[in-house]
Amino acid sequence: MAESVEAKLTIKDFQSDQDVRWCPGCGDYSILAQIQRVFPEFTHKRENYVAVSGIGCSSRFPYYMDVYGLHGIHGRAPAIASGVKLANPALDVWVATGDGDGLSIGGNHMIHMLRRNVDIKVLLFNNQIYGLTKGQFSPTSQLGQITKSTPAGVIDPPFIPVSLALGAGATLVARTMDRDPKHLQEIVRRVEKHHGSSFVEIYQNCTVFNDGAFFQYTEKETRDDNVVYLEHGKPLVFGKNKEKGVHLNGFTPEVVDITTGTYSVSDLLVHNEQDSTLAFILANMIHNPALPRPMGVFLAQDRTTFEDAMQGQIAKARAKRGQGDLQKLLDGEESWTIS
Amino acid sequence: MAKSVETLDEVTIRFAGDSGDGMQLTGTQFTNTVAALGADLSTLPDYPAEIRAPAGTTYGVSGFQIKFGSTDILTPGDACDVLVAMNPAALVTNVKLLRDGGTIIVNEDAFTDKNLKLANLHSNPLDDGTVAKFLVHRVAISKLTASALDDLNLSTKFVDKTKNFFALGLMYWMYNRPIDQSVKFIREKFSSKDPQVAEANLRVLKAGYNYGDTTEVFTTRYDVRPAQLPPGKYRNIMGNVATALGLVAAAKKSGLELFLGSYPITPASDILHELSKLKEFGVKTFQAEDEIAAVCSAIGASYAGALAATTTSGPGLALKTEALGLAVMLELPLVVINVQRGGPSTGLPTKTEQSDLLQAILGRNGEAPLCVLSASTPADCFHAAYEAARIAVKFMTPVICLTDGYLGNGAEPWRVPRVSELKPIPVSFAKNPQGFQPYSRDPVTLARPWAIPGTPGLEHRIGGLEKDHVTGNISYDPDNHDLMVKTRAEKIERIADDIPLQKVEGDAQGDLLVVGWGSTYGAIKSAVDSARARRRSVSHAHISYLSPFPKNLGEVLRNFKHVLVPEINNGQLIRLLRAKYLVPAVGFNVVKGLPLRAEEIEHAINEILGGKNG
Repeated sequence: MAESVEAKLTIKDFQSDQDVRWCPGCGDYSILAQIQRVFPEFTHKRENYVAVSGIGCSSRFPYYMDVYGLHGIHGRAPAIASGVKLANPALDVWVATGDGDGLSIGGNHMIHMLRRNVDIKVLLFNNQIYGLTKGQFSPTSQLGQITKSTPAGVIDPPFIPVSLALGAGATLVARTMDRDPKHLQEIVRRVEKHHGSSFVEIYQNCTVFNDGAFFQYTEKETRDDNVVYLEHGKPLVFGKNKEKGVHLNGFTPEVVDITTGTYSVSDLLVHNEQDSTLAFILANMIHNPALPRPMGVFLAQDRTTFEDAMQGQIAKARAKRGQGDLQKLLDGEESWTIS
Repeated sequence: MAKSVETLDEVTIRFAGDSGDGMQLTGTQFTNTVAALGADLSTLPDYPAEIRAPAGTTYGVSGFQIKFGSTDILTPGDACDVLVAMNPAALVTNVKLLRDGGTIIVNEDAFTDKNLKLANLHSNPLDDGTVAKFLVHRVAISKLTASALDDLNLSTKFVDKTKNFFALGLMYWMYNRPIDQSVKFIREKFSSKDPQVAEANLRVLKAGYNYGDTTEVFTTRYDVRPAQLPPGKYRNIMGNVATALGLVAAAKKSGLELFLGSYPITPASDILHELSKLKEFGVKTFQAEDEIAAVCSAIGASYAGALAATTTSGPGLALKTEALGLAVMLELPLVVINVQRGGPSTGLPTKTEQSDLLQAILGRNGEAPLCVLSASTPADCFHAAYEAARIAVKFMTPVICLTDGYLGNGAEPWRVPRVSELKPIPVSFAKNPQGFQPYSRDPVTLARPWAIPGTPGLEHRIGGLEKDHVTGNISYDPDNHDLMVKTRAEKIERIADDIPLQKVEGDAQGDLLVVGWGSTYGAIKSAVDSARARRRSVSHAHISYLSPFPKNLGEVLRNFKHVLVPEINNGQLIRLLRAKYLVPAVGFNVVKGLPLRAEEIEHAINEILGGKNG
């Protein structure tokens, strides 16, 4: 028998004995650290966590977490994780992926897993570049971006990961940043509590191949004017001195000054996490550079999870037909005996 | 007029009509009735890939062949004794399968100018000599069906859809089979939904039966006695159903939950359908978004402690290739069922072939050995699937179980095993954290421990990168890689210690050994039996375990002067035999999307032994 010492878990319990091998200064370090910091707060036992990944820098994540981990193949983490969760719904399953792994080679698995609402928590490290293969563009790279494989600039428009997840039917969709540890922790806590498919886009800085891609949102000097934090039931206020807000003109968000008297806080858009129409409007703000970039929970809805529905069908069949008699099944309905 | 009854040892009947005519249903009904009366049988459904090809055309013809008898029935028959043809296209595409002097029953009402034109015929085959060699019964099936229903006020279209039951009723009369079982089927299937549909089908079935009884055209009925089968409880079973039951039985015997990750593909989908009905057994079926997700979900489920399986056909196996490499690296149990079909690419989706053998054994990047086995008959699919699961769990390895379209859709009587007779499948998950190492190995099987999430103290990471041979941590060490490549191969080789030795049917040595695998069993056995009856020195070895081979296979082969390897591919098993055992084997390869015929195999036997073919 294993010892049943119910000691409180600490950050150390989630650090594996493997050397972390990301590049110095990589945003992944912060993401890993925040997760290891927050996990001890949760109620699950350590043996019930499973981290699943595909291929890429982000997908090394499971090796560094001292929980059950499966480093799979490129893009397939959502499918592998689905199998883990369906086989044992008591497990707390997390997927670490990136913009290439999760949205390019694994895009199909991602949307279908989200659509089904399997209770899996996806952390998508978005650095808008292929890191592990050394610098080709990804499906979130920006138009015109010069990369190893696009010396004349990227010509295919990027996915908006949050919009994609909303469209696919994820029941919790959020965005946060590697360089905002507190917010990142807060989002991880929200995701842990959610029962259903969660999708978190994390802006992550690749120091080697795409350094500074998100600095206007992540750095102190520019963050306040470029980021608006979403909080359920609260108006969208931002700016160094909280002097600006987002006002909804019809379906179109616009930035207004709430200090001049024309607009006040009561004119501002109030966030409602349960409103999927609003979630799409917020996700689309990315197309207008004049608007701040929303961070936080775009959408959080309750919907029956796939695994609960699957277990429900099994329970229903058993209530109706019993536990299943194998000999009877093999014998079939029309059999005859030769003696 | 008194009708005589003639007893036959065996008979082969082929039902042919439009793909919308319900020929598969007719054939299946006839099969179930014949089976329940204790005849031995073998069936061959032969249908087009199109769900409803334009009516009346030759490419829309759907056929169902059954051979049944009081003797040991090994194949669905080379040539038919009776052809039931519902229209001109069905007649002309199938008449070449009829033996000289065979019987044709045609729906003569369907031989209209329009239908002749649809079948691209310039003259009526009933009158132009096409059927001169045969005994032809022209029956006005459409008109007789309509008159049986004329007071029910049904649409012409609906009436037309019931005419297959007329043909079925007539065949029941001809072969002295009761209609009861089909009556029960019609009542159960239609009565609650639409009593009028049930009534119409019943009437037409009876009309067909009574037509045989009353018309003076048919003077003789035929009787086929029950076959001498070993004692036991029997049922009729299709290969795909047997496969599904094999997996459920393995789950029950191992105490594991069965998880199936699958993506619909012809001709494997029926396994998914069957298993999705068995929820009270705790079976979890997951119809994934694609073949890759199907196998990956199964790998995830296996990691979490389920008996995991994925079912597919050729192109689907190709898509699963990379994930199978992962399963080899992770050393997790996984059952892959490949119901082979005609290839390459989309190929012949509804036809049979044995051309995925090399894909199954060798088709992955890197050195990625796994276990491959095959089923020989529809009922044997049960045993093959069960055995695949047993080996997967015992050796912590993916196992590919090869069946094919002919086995999957074909049917035969099956002596149902008692659950207590089935080999045990012991499973012990790792529990003890003391000294736990994810890649430590069982000294006999070389299997690594199955340590499932949820077990305290065994938290560990596995993945597709090369593993350290003990800790399972990532290792780029050259010596470790060499060791792991060889260990993974050795583990698969050791499965040979756990499987039966290769059996030979016939003498253990002689002039010629005919070696086959998979669905050619019946045809090869028929051919060899026939040659042996003519005092030829021929034996038959049918290989179920293809990777690794049984330990005595080399010895078995070397006991014969010649080795003949018939396969429905361009020579795949033969390459493996030649490469491993250096025997000068000769191939016999016909790749028509159809089962091999016993007659052509016997011809090949005679060619080698210098006998006469005639």
